[in-house]
Amino acid sequence: MKERDLGLSIFCHAVLIFAALLVGLPLYFAFVAGSLSIQEVQQTPFPWLPGRYFFANVVEAWNTGDFARSFANSMIVTTGIVVGKLAISLIAAYAVTYFRFPFRMTAFWLIFVSLMLPVEVRIIPTYEAVADTAGPIRWALSSLGISGAIEALTGYQVDAYLQWNMVNTYSGLVLPLIASATATFLFRQFFLTIPDELCEAARIDGAGPAKFFWQILLPLSTANIAALCIIQFIYGWNQYLWPLLFTTDKDMATAILGLKNLIPVSDSVPAWNLAMNAALFVMLPPAVVILVLQRWFTKGLVDAGK
Amino acid sequence: MASEATATVGGASAPPLAAPKRGRLRLSTSESGLKAAHFNNTGFAVALLLPQLLVLLFFFFIPSYKALSLAFVQVDPFGGRTIFVGLDNFTRLIASPEYRESAWITLWLTLAQNVITIGLALLFAFATDFVSRGRGIYKLVILVPYAIAPVISGVLWAFLFNPAVGPLAQMLHSFGVPWDPNRRPFDAQLLIVVASVWKHICYDYIFLVAALLAVPNSLLEASRLDGARPIRRFFTISLPLAAPTAFFLIVMNFTYGLFETFGIVDAITKGGPAGATNTLVYKVYQDGFVQLNLGSSAAQSVILMIVAILFTILQFRGIERKVNYQV
Repeated sequence: MKERDLGLSIFCHAVLIFAALLVGLPLYFAFVAGSLSIQEVQQTPFPWLPGRYFFANVVEAWNTGDFARSFANSMIVTTGIVVGKLAISLIAAYAVTYFRFPFRMTAFWLIFVSLMLPVEVRIIPTYEAVADTAGPIRWALSSLGISGAIEALTGYQVDAYLQWNMVNTYSGLVLPLIASATATFLFRQFFLTIPDELCEAARIDGAGPAKFFWQILLPLSTANIAALCIIQFIYGWNQYLWPLLFTTDKDMATAILGLKNLIPVSDSVPAWNLAMNAALFVMLPPAVVILVLQRWFTKGLVDAGK
Repeated sequence: MASEATATVGGASAPPLAAPKRGRLRLSTSESGLKAAHFNNTGFAVALLLPQLLVLLFFFFIPSYKALSLAFVQVDPFGGRTIFVGLDNFTRLIASPEYRESAWITLWLTLAQNVITIGLALLFAFATDFVSRGRGIYKLVILVPYAIAPVISGVLWAFLFNPAVGPLAQMLHSFGVPWDPNRRPFDAQLLIVVASVWKHICYDYIFLVAALLAVPNSLLEASRLDGARPIRRFFTISLPLAAPTAFFLIVMNFTYGLFETFGIVDAITKGGPAGATNTLVYKVYQDGFVQLNLGSSAAQSVILMIVAILFTILQFRGIERKVNYQV
């Protein structure tokens, strides 16, 4: 039941129109800039109406930034992050809620503390971890004396073979990002709300843990999985710091990095028209996902933040 | 933990049967968060947990430990020899005016961004809650920046305020403002704040809209019958009920401002001019990757880790000590 308050109503609409303009105007200007030629984009005053070169610019920006390659990379990396994250979080949450085993709470807390340190604060050591993933294994083997023993017995040098550098690989871009305390926590919370009768019934009917998971728990979690997929898709697509560090090879660059390389720097030709055009198509995939799946996404985000 | 954490964002819906006290008691036993109907298959459970724990071990625990140990040594740039130097890296950092300035800048930028973001988000959420027409469309539009990467937000605003070609910069110039973020430190800082606020309002907004929606109608009706006007109702009923959400958001805004604005800084100013936007996270990257000063960078990482841990604790405090106005 709403009452009429014309003044306040007008004020609220004004506020919301302001909000819409705040979001929309930068995007509109980007669209205008993206449709101008390189001479037009440098004129003063800046035109309010779009020019005629939008599609020509799309083609040019797409080719200059080598986006065919980087979009494919982004797709692969993002899919890897989404699938990997959901898979390992789902099963980890299943383990800590549905199984009694020693150190259950320890395992839960080990996952949980990882929430405390965002990747940005441990950039360099994590870079080392990716550049030399097998390092800790070598260290463990040699300090336990195993590698020495193997060498003495077989003449096989373990250290020389245990090298694993993930810089410039898809796994290097995906693996460090798929551990997720948030997703694990979200699924755990959801599993706790599922009636116990379901599991009891399944067990009476003779279903083992794997069958219960596949046939009952997973179908029940569809809504949560969908919401997290959307959030993680956006998260993965928009990654910047990781790809910046881990891809020295141009062929491994993601779309966001490709865009970054198009930004005019002080002494180059200021091709803002191409940069803005590219900005629009790089943000397109996550924007479409949000606009189409908005309702799932809002629910998931609010749940995940709890 | 189980009972507290299931409470909704608005803090308005009833928590599950267990009273808070019992919930905390249950936390100490090994049964907490375990389903009454469960399996006892240890091997299978370990197999399920293993992928997550392995990823964490390699990319979280070992790197964090290394960051800690690197912070107390000095790496010789040629031989790769490491010398234990104790707290030297830290004392040098704290003594360095550059670091202290970076800390101040980060604090101010984060504070400004935080206050503006939550202020605007509250205003927008209030308006959305009040209007009856076009609500869906407004929500949809305000939500869009969530999909946009911080870097892209940075690129957009860098263009709009580019002193040579940017339409908004031209507007400022025509009013006689000598706008130039490449030379004037304050302009650069303002630009960073604007770009990070623009990107982040949607996040706060989504949560606040949900929180306002969760305010029980009976309360609002009652106060309306008592003669309270909409604005008064907002401040005396909706806002206090949404306070836990707001608290959570303030903490999240700090985390965002500290860590996730890296892309924005890198896209717009690269820390310049003259270090005016060299935030702490950007400095870790600069010192470690560009100048290869590993010891100092690791010490900076450790300081940031402590800050991050403090924020996480605060966040959980907020969830646990949720102000409860049950009706």
